Amino acid sequence: MIYLTLFLTFLKIGAVSFGGGYGMISLIRETVLENAWLTEEEFLNFIAVAESTPGPLAVNMATFIGSSQVGFLGALVATLGVILPSFVIILIIAALIKNLLKYAGVKSVLSGIRPTIVGLILSTALTMFVTQIFGFTSVGDTFSFDWRALAIFLIVAAVAVLWRVFKKRQFSPILLILLSGALGILVNVI
Amino acid sequence: MPKFKTCLKLFLVMFKIGLFTFGGGYAMISLLESELVSKRKWLESDEFLNVVAIAESTPGPVAINAATYVGYKLAGFWGSLAATVAVALPSFLIIFLISLFFDAFLSLKHVAYAFDGIRVCVIFLILSAGVKMLIKLEKTVWNIVVSSLVIAVTIALSVLSIAFSSVWYILITAGLALLLYLFSYFRARRKEKSDKQPDEEGKQ
Repeated sequence: MIYLTLFLTFLKIGAVSFGGGYGMISLIRETVLENAWLTEEEFLNFIAVAESTPGPLAVNMATFIGSSQVGFLGALVATLGVILPSFVIILIIAALIKNLLKYAGVKSVLSGIRPTIVGLILSTALTMFVTQIFGFTSVGDTFSFDWRALAIFLIVAAVAVLWRVFKKRQFSPILLILLSGALGILVNVI
Repeated sequence: MPKFKTCLKLFLVMFKIGLFTFGGGYAMISLLESELVSKRKWLESDEFLNVVAIAESTPGPVAINAATYVGYKLAGFWGSLAATVAVALPSFLIIFLISLFFDAFLSLKHVAYAFDGIRVCVIFLILSAGVKMLIKLEKTVWNIVVSSLVIAVTIALSVLSIAFSSVWYILITAGLALLLYLFSYFRARRKEKSDKQPDEEGKQ
């Protein structure tokens, strides 16, 4: 029952994804790859679309993945699944335990998992980097170096870092996506 | 019925916020602040800070969490329902429409070329989000050990293609953090007790 699977999967993602936005990337990635819902390339395409459209990344990803599997109803159950834990948890906090965050135990657990979230985001990015640029996923694979991808990565990184250093502001992610799209066309045409 | 009116207003404001926040939860916080605190005076500013703290430290998208909380504060359960649905609705509609045409769009040669570059950019965006969070992380022993262990173990397992869900890393560190907290809590209490000597004997 794909609807139930979608709902439960995104319910789980909604319930354990701390740290907003990219905090749930590792979990969504392993879920879609395990279920063979998307390939790594499709997953990265979806993130790009989710990032360049308004709204929370999690909701966008849930809608997109649900719709890609079984259409409108799939999108609906996946989105409901990802929202429901937040809704219930916040409702309980707002109605019953307003000063939840003042309990030292809660605070220490919340700050205790922060390095885990950071670690998961970084390792997901590193794994995807190696997969996409060196074509290597796990033991037994041969390397196939993609110099075009590496060149685009270095240009994008240089623009973002230099912008941050000289303009003291973040280079808009959407502009960065547009720039990399132009670079993608350029390296494929020449 | 004044409550219905509040819900309707909440719905419209949250819909607008959902429609105009690019770049996820943190971008939304400034928009929420200007709508709820400065413009409409629905919340005091220290109350708003509390909402942000709760939204950031509970699981789920910051935008959804903040909307649910604000909705509940202003108009109870129905308020929270209206606000939550409203903040997610624009994303849902836009992404659903895109998903209908996305495959056809990708089958255009130049679009496919563009996405070759865009995928690389997404990896950079995730990496830089992670690095930013790493820099902000307090440099305690726990944070350094846990984050490097998580990175090392996840990469090792993925290279060996052993499946181990991210959920476990979160649950295990949460459990360990709680144990550490309880341990230090009880040790502090015992010390307090032994300092005070036996006049509190009967108390647990």
